[in-house]
Amino acid sequence: MRPRHWFAITLMLAAVVVSFVYLALDVRQVFSADAAAQMWGYFVRFFPPDFSPEYLAQAWRGTLETIAISAVGTLLAAVCGMLLALPASGRFGLAARVAARFVLNFLRSIPELVWAALMVFAVGLGPFAGTLALAWHTTGVIGRLFAETLENAPREPALALQLAGARPAGAFLYGTLPGVITQFVAYTLYRWEINIRMAAILGVVGAGGLGQMLYMSLSLFQQPQAMTIILAMLMLVGIVDAASAWLRRRMAG
Amino acid sequence: MKSSAVSLTRDPAALPRLALVALLVLLLWPGFRLTEFDPGVLFDPRNREIIGRFLGTFFPLALSGEFLRLVIKSTFETLAIATAGMTFALVIAAPLSLIVTRSLSISRIGPGPGLWPGRLLRVPVRVALMLFRSVPEIVWALLFVRAVGLGPAAGVLAIGISYGGMLGKVYAEIFESGDTRPTVALLESGGGHVGAFLYGMLPVALPELVSYTVYRWECAIRASVIMGFVGAGGLGMQMELSMRMLNGGEVSTMLVVFLLLVVLADGISAGLRKAIE
Repeated sequence: MRPRHWFAITLMLAAVVVSFVYLALDVRQVFSADAAAQMWGYFVRFFPPDFSPEYLAQAWRGTLETIAISAVGTLLAAVCGMLLALPASGRFGLAARVAARFVLNFLRSIPELVWAALMVFAVGLGPFAGTLALAWHTTGVIGRLFAETLENAPREPALALQLAGARPAGAFLYGTLPGVITQFVAYTLYRWEINIRMAAILGVVGAGGLGQMLYMSLSLFQQPQAMTIILAMLMLVGIVDAASAWLRRRMAG
Repeated sequence: MKSSAVSLTRDPAALPRLALVALLVLLLWPGFRLTEFDPGVLFDPRNREIIGRFLGTFFPLALSGEFLRLVIKSTFETLAIATAGMTFALVIAAPLSLIVTRSLSISRIGPGPGLWPGRLLRVPVRVALMLFRSVPEIVWALLFVRAVGLGPAAGVLAIGISYGGMLGKVYAEIFESGDTRPTVALLESGGGHVGAFLYGMLPVALPELVSYTVYRWECAIRASVIMGFVGAGGLGMQMELSMRMLNGGEVSTMLVVFLLLVVLADGISAGLRKAIE
């Protein structure tokens, strides 16, 4: 234990104490028998989950909507990301590169949920807001990844085509794209996986899918229905995890 | 020679490629229907006016003294929620991760009386950790806002539970992945759980434990801003309120503060990790 270790430890402990004092959190009250009983009373109202056929049908529709939001959002992001990756990889000069990178960084640094809240104001409640929110954030992520792939791609094939008289667009499509397209698809699928998880919860600010159903059932104090939706979310994420692990093993092996 | 050059300008694979694209569009078509995909909404004149007015208020940033004081207060609240939440997470994760770590089991060494109780205890703890971390943190926040009311307490509890589940799992993995021979040697020569952990396991695992915990604290700051949107206090809750009032200047000021906060947390966390190593 050197002095700087003690310094770091003291700093962290001080931060913890200051936080509890600042929030005026009474730890004894949070862990009191009274609070525990109240929490338990709230918890049991979620059981049993609502498994009536009508509600299961609604939950199924919400699940499909969630998958659709993630798929369409990711597709839009792949297209826009591609369009922004071209200038961001420096193909149209330094000024375009700096500008495109700035736009991508901006899109990426605002979290999906903040985008969703903004989009709900722009296009109204519903799945379209969620789709746009995912599209904005994912464009930033995917555009940067695409741009880096393009920068690292070998220049020779496209150069050879151009020297043989091909136009720039043709040289890109037949010289550069075939070498990077598998990477693009891999990045897009990877983001899609993340976006399915995100689409499930974006709805808590009103952007459609399972999250919106959860928010509404909790607001109406329909806890059994809320439990059904939480279970649907867990199943969706579990299936996506299993499927992606299986695919990865298949592709690696 | 000339004719071959002409035929080369046509892409022989064009048709299958177009077919593939058409198939993809066809597959995704129901998705466009389900998401009520309608770019027209963005260009609807009435809607465009509202969006335009809202976007127009994003600049200039709101910089009045009173509002800035509010922003600083909510920023501190966000930091405090993240820190207090991480403390709860540690309180949950530390004992549970020790329970699920198999290398610390004495009964595993020989057929002792504690073998089956130990195994049976580990199963529910594992399931609990899994549930804690699989329910998204914002859903925990939503639930706790309903249970304990609007405000930072809900955020602290939500981070505590979901990060407790994550830390518990990762701690156990760190314990198992390090060199467990000192621990096993201590246990086999008659050491107790506590001694074996403190002198065998902790020295090996400590740097990684600390660095992962600090990294998670950084994530908790981001999470606590996000959770504010469902009413769990801090900067996110203020941002949501300003959006409701269609006050773009306040929203953009808080977005800037949020980005600065993320960069700052990144720097502090990197510095802390370096200091520990």
